[in-house]
Amino acid sequence: MNPALEQDRRAWVVQVMGLPVSVHLRGPDVHTDAVAARVEGLFAELRAVDATFSTYRPESEIGRLAGRMPDLATASDPVREVVRLCETARTRTGGRFDARRLPLPSGGAGFDPSGLVKGWAVQRAARWLADLPEHDLCLNAGGDVLLRTGPGRPAWRVGIEDPDRPGRLLDVLEQRDGAVATSGTARRGPHILDPRTGRPATTLRSVTVVGPELLWADVYATAAVAAGPWALDWLAGLDGYPALLVDAAGRVRATPNWPGTRPAAQTRAG
Amino acid sequence: MRRITIWLLSTVAALVLLFSYKTSTMGVGGGTSAIAAGGDTTSAGSADDAGSAAGGTTEGSSTGSGTSSGSGRYDGSVAQTRWGPVQVRITTSGGKITDVSVLQVPDGNHRDQEINDYAVPILRQEAMAAQSAEIDTVSGATVTSDGYRESLQAAIDAAHLK
Repeated sequence: MNPALEQDRRAWVVQVMGLPVSVHLRGPDVHTDAVAARVEGLFAELRAVDATFSTYRPESEIGRLAGRMPDLATASDPVREVVRLCETARTRTGGRFDARRLPLPSGGAGFDPSGLVKGWAVQRAARWLADLPEHDLCLNAGGDVLLRTGPGRPAWRVGIEDPDRPGRLLDVLEQRDGAVATSGTARRGPHILDPRTGRPATTLRSVTVVGPELLWADVYATAAVAAGPWALDWLAGLDGYPALLVDAAGRVRATPNWPGTRPAAQTRAG
Repeated sequence: MRRITIWLLSTVAALVLLFSYKTSTMGVGGGTSAIAAGGDTTSAGSADDAGSAAGGTTEGSSTGSGTSSGSGRYDGSVAQTRWGPVQVRITTSGGKITDVSVLQVPDGNHRDQEINDYAVPILRQEAMAAQSAEIDTVSGATVTSDGYRESLQAAIDAAHLK
C-alpha cells in the first residue's frame, strides 16, 4: 500500500429496507457538504421506495393490496414499473423468479415484488451519485454490491463470502463497474422458494452473480437458488452474467468467464 | 492505516475466540465469551456467559507510534473475557502487518503460555491471510440489520466512517 496512492475515502451506513446499506466513495470531494447531500438524497429515495413497496407495512401501496396484483390503471408509476420488471424477470428466468405467489408476512401467498425491488431501487438510487467526476462508488446493500470507477483509477476489490464460514472469503474479484449479487441460505435460512414446487430450495447454499446491472445480477442469483440442481447449466447460458455457486455439500463451482480465481466447472454450455 | 485497523478489530476478536475455543476443548467451560464487530471467526460465540457484554468491543485505538508511512505499533483495546483481560499488539511496517503479539493475558493456570504457544501462531497466520486479500467490500447472502454488527462488511465500513 503506497500512501501516495491512497485516496480520500468515506463511508456512510444507513439501515433502510430492513438492510444495512453502505455507500463508499473515493475521490477529492468526499468530505464536502455537497457530496454528503447527494448521499442523503440516495438514502431518502430508498426510504421512499420502502414506504411504497414494503410488504411489512400494511399502509404501503403494496402492503394495502395484501398479496393482490396491483391494478396497472391506478397504480403509481414506480409500482407499474416494478410489476412490468417482475414479468420480464419471470420470462427471462424461465419462471424461476416468480413474484406472483410468494408467502406473505401476514400469512397466505400472493404478489410480493421484494426480491426484485431491492436491486431495482439501489440501481435507481445510485443515480444520485452518477455525475461525480473523479469519484468512485462502491455501494453495498445487505451483501449486494454496485460499483462505479472512473477511468485510470483502481478497481474495487470485492470479497465473496464463504456461506459456511461468515467472515471468510471464497474468492476476491477486482471489479470496476457493474454489480456483484449473492443469494442463498447462509443468513436467513431456506427462504427462496422453487416456484414449480412451492417448497424452499435447499440444493444450493449460495449463488453469486456478476454483471453489468445489479437488478439482473440479483434476480439471476435468486432464480439460480430456486433452480437448484439446474442452476449451473442455466447460469452458464446467460450472456454477460458469470456466476459462482456453492452447493449444500460445500462444493464450489464457477461458470465459464468467472472473473475470480475459481476455475470454471464443466457445463453443457461450455 | 485504516485497513490495519480493520484487521486489528478482527484479529482481536479472533484471539478472544481462539482463546475461548482452546479452553472449551479442555473441558473447562462452555460457550465463548466475546464477539467483536468484524470478527473473522469460524465459530459463532454464544453470549450466555458473563463477560459477553463487555468482551471484544474494540475500536482499535492506535496508542502506538503509527506514522504516515504505515509503520508502527497498534494496541487493541482490552477485551474482557470470562478468564480475564486480553490485549494484542500489531506491529506494522510499510502498511503491512509484520507481527502480532499479546500484551495482556490472564495469568494463572498457565493460560498465558497456552495462548502464546497455541493461539498466537494461528492468529498471526489469519491476520496475514486476511490482510493479503485487502478487500473493499463483501458480497454475501443477504445480511439483515440484526446480523450486520458481526459482519466483515461492518468492520470495513467502520474503518471509513467519519
